[in-house]
Amino acid sequence: METVPKPSRDVPPKKNRLQAKKKVETSLGWKRKTRRYWEEETSLTAAGASPGPPSNKKNRELRHQRPKNTNIQKKSRFSRAQPPKKPRELRNPEPQRSLSGAQDPFPGPAPIPVEVAQKFCRIDKSKKLPHSKSKTRSRLEVAEAEEQEISIKAARSELLLAEEPGFLEGEDGEDTAKIRQVDIVEAVDIASAAKHFDLNLRQFGPYRLNYSRTGRHLAFGGRRGHVATLDWVTKRLMCEINVMEAVRDIRFLHSEALFAVAQNRWLHIYDNQGIELHCIRRCDRVTRLEFLPFHFLLATASETGFLTYLDVSVGKIVAALNARAGRLDVMTKNPYNAVIHLGHSNGTVSLWSPAMKEPLAKILCHRGGVRAVAVDSTGTYMATSGLDHQLKIFDLRGTFQPLSARTLPQGAGHLVFSQRGLLAAGMGDVVNIWAGQGKASLPSLEQPYLTHRLSGHVHGLHFCPFEDVLGVGHTGGITSMLVPGAAEPNFDGLESNPYRSQKQRQEWEVKALLEKVPAELICLDPRALAEVDVISLEQEKKERIERLGYDPEAKAPFQPKPKQKGRSSTASLVKRKRKVMDEEHRDKVRQSLEQQPQKQEKKAKPTRARPSALDRFLR
Amino acid sequence: MKVKMLSRNPDNYVRETKLDLQRVPRNYDPTLHPFEVPREYVRALNATKLERVFAKPFLASLDGHRDGVNCLAKHPKSLATVLSGACDGEVRIWNLTKRKCIRTIQAHEGFVRGICTRFCGTSFFTVGDDKTVKQWKMDGPGYGEEEEPLHTILGKTVYTGIDHHWKEAVFATCGQQVDIWDEQRTSPICSMTWGFDSISSVKFNPIETFLLGSCASDRNIVLYDMRQATPLKKVILDMRTNTICWNPMEAFIFTAANEDYNLYTFDMRALDTPVMVHMDHVSAVLDVDYSPTGKEFVSASFDKSIRIFPVDKSRSREVYHTKRMQHVICVKWTSDSKYIMCGSDEMNIRLWKANASEKLGVLTSREKAAKDYNQKLKEKFQHHPHIKRIARHRHLPKSIYSQIQEQRIMREARRRKEVNRLKHSKPGSVSIVSEKKKHIVAVVK
Repeated sequence: METVPKPSRDVPPKKNRLQAKKKVETSLGWKRKTRRYWEEETSLTAAGASPGPPSNKKNRELRHQRPKNTNIQKKSRFSRAQPPKKPRELRNPEPQRSLSGAQDPFPGPAPIPVEVAQKFCRIDKSKKLPHSKSKTRSRLEVAEAEEQEISIKAARSELLLAEEPGFLEGEDGEDTAKIRQVDIVEAVDIASAAKHFDLNLRQFGPYRLNYSRTGRHLAFGGRRGHVATLDWVTKRLMCEINVMEAVRDIRFLHSEALFAVAQNRWLHIYDNQGIELHCIRRCDRVTRLEFLPFHFLLATASETGFLTYLDVSVGKIVAALNARAGRLDVMTKNPYNAVIHLGHSNGTVSLWSPAMKEPLAKILCHRGGVRAVAVDSTGTYMATSGLDHQLKIFDLRGTFQPLSARTLPQGAGHLVFSQRGLLAAGMGDVVNIWAGQGKASLPSLEQPYLTHRLSGHVHGLHFCPFEDVLGVGHTGGITSMLVPGAAEPNFDGLESNPYRSQKQRQEWEVKALLEKVPAELICLDPRALAEVDVISLEQEKKERIERLGYDPEAKAPFQPKPKQKGRSSTASLVKRKRKVMDEEHRDKVRQSLEQQPQKQEKKAKPTRARPSALDRFLR
Repeated sequence: MKVKMLSRNPDNYVRETKLDLQRVPRNYDPTLHPFEVPREYVRALNATKLERVFAKPFLASLDGHRDGVNCLAKHPKSLATVLSGACDGEVRIWNLTKRKCIRTIQAHEGFVRGICTRFCGTSFFTVGDDKTVKQWKMDGPGYGEEEEPLHTILGKTVYTGIDHHWKEAVFATCGQQVDIWDEQRTSPICSMTWGFDSISSVKFNPIETFLLGSCASDRNIVLYDMRQATPLKKVILDMRTNTICWNPMEAFIFTAANEDYNLYTFDMRALDTPVMVHMDHVSAVLDVDYSPTGKEFVSASFDKSIRIFPVDKSRSREVYHTKRMQHVICVKWTSDSKYIMCGSDEMNIRLWKANASEKLGVLTSREKAAKDYNQKLKEKFQHHPHIKRIARHRHLPKSIYSQIQEQRIMREARRRKEVNRLKHSKPGSVSIVSEKKKHIVAVVK
């Protein structure tokens, strides 16, 4: 274990992000000088009992004495995005002193790094309701305060997490991409080394593979019909069959007890003993499978150009959407909002939900066809690769703008994101992995984090959840690669527990089925359901006014209060009325003036180098 | 090269022996819990459906009276005891845990018009059609003794209601006037009248204990202060008020059960506009009683149903009815705020849960936690149309259902006419009167 931080090897620290974080802190009003107990002590011994804010210089000198935290921070390569400087923390500023003069070295509640609390914050305060009543507003304020408190509590519970993420760091100037799997296997412990293995299955052709949601089980299917599932940690084979038909794709359903295989003709569902349970003839010539575990939907893309959603809990087809783009063989799901991304041969990626007949969005990504698409676990980034040998990363939050791009010599045929945001690409018989600056950050495409050459062409890639392992299916069989820092180290026992017993799995299955999310709720923003539906609110109000014939919530005209001792003369009443009316009028004018420049800005024509003859038609 | 792989020790995640509890490590990171809102929504939907499935509010029917139950009274000290007076002059005392009648008294000739308990719970008072006020001991007579009242006061006129002061040995009766009595005397301390009409009910304010409210059949509600010899003020409504009930938590709020199918919650400081008009009944409202929390009240109606209203909502949150229950004459909310009792024409007293889907008995801590969680979810998503529809749905008897439809049509017609009148008359000449102000005729001080 090292204690001294090394300068980051490849990429300069991201200034923008840090600045943005600073801004957030100041805007929340959390920027507060914090004091350490040792600082207080030094000031006590030196200058008596004046608890003034200690200078920054002293702070800097004393920082090295923090033994535990620094260790933890430096150890991980991926947690370094948190600024190595002193984290700003929430804490009571004044230490309390008892009668004896001794003082609590840790006054107030335990401090929480602001970035962590930010992660749990769910309310977007920038959104304001249009015309909310004061009662509603106060209620919302209460809800916001509650939410804030909850986020702080949740952030505090971070302390209890047991595991640290993995990492891989080169010596000074050493390129991690040059580190071979063999070296990693030699360097790590036996249990981890056992996770690297090769299955040599040359005769059954290129393999597709899939890990179950807990990361405990692996299913793979070869082009020549070989299908097997195994508990890959203990290497115990669960079933092995040959379906005597070409296997295009394979996917576990909600648990490891069921898996779906896209065969040459139809879609088949098998159980963990390899017994065929269903043959779904309404999904024919399926090329790609995706399973949406919270909706219990199996999305299939077919050669015939249809995207079909099959509800596996009731066995019904929820929607069959015609993408009108020919053969579909590039598909991925967005794990954040369950939207299906389809890549097409004309270079577009279209976003689909079963509730809509038309795509939610179409993004033009490449010149030439799209070969692979992947979306990261937070739903922020989408990586695409096309026939133009480009690898691009898009921002999925609203604008769909490309963030970074890179031309690869061969072009990537398969892309996949890991839980912590590593991007793996399969190019011919080489697998490249890129990493970003921290958890779920944008992977920088300049230099790969790891590379590995396989014995055959890559045909399927999948990161194992909750393990630092990348499964690669290729023409020569299956390879399980070690990728330190790929997976989320701390799983949630109630969500997906790799160590669950059979009883726990059964209970979880019942719970999961009870809270199956209806397919209609799939949309781009999964939090939309918790927001105020302003449009229908306004509509309702309008209808009500129409029905009643008047606006019951309209502001009553100002009626001056009667005053005593002759001040209530008609002239003064009129005067007072006029005063209020004028004030209202002025307010209206002021508002309209404020809105006008915004409108003008919108109208402003795009300035070009040379005016065009067609400009005269612009409005 | 420095490398660390994620390597978990299974011993930290698997229980040691079969007797241990399973280990469930938690991580509250939002990325590990996707679809938080839709899943919560589905849970809320399920919770709402389950609430409707488990909504079985009827607990027991206490039968034994030989005529319609006319009045009910709660025991101030014992949750299990309840007193009832019937139209044949019989008073019964019931034990709710055993659901049995423990004592029967032939108290009056003719109706028992009113019954109330003393604040200490040792005795109770009844008034009847035979112009008497009788005080009875709460405990039954000893062996061989005869059932006899402690005191009997012979009045000149019929008394139609009685209520006891909450702290002192004073009670009030009503009939042609409101009389304030000292328990030790046989003549009233003072009598108060305003107009000449029969007063149907009188109620002491539980907080400002010197205040009284009464309602008379000349359509008004009169407020009195016991310390003054004259009434405070009165409000005249469109139709007669049957009873009033004071809010036990807010001293100045009371609710009046009116003949025009509505209930009116008034702030006694501003009687010219009711705080809220509660409309859902389809026939005259006969009785009203507040929950001890002061957040809700229950009303009994001539339309053979009882309804529970939140104080700040104009629509009821719950309606209870059974096939056999006839016109409900009296209703009481028990002091632990968990049950509702109603006495009806067909000689039965019925016991209901105040919260229809509540599970009775002791809950384990996990049950309690699940209940609280579901409650919060239902609250959070209550405005979503699908959930709202399920939560609001109630089965109603055909008579009530058709009456509601009919009255809706009538109300719509009235509104349409009003709108037309407004549209076709000179602007400003016709003003729209809000529902709250419509039913108030005058306030007199």
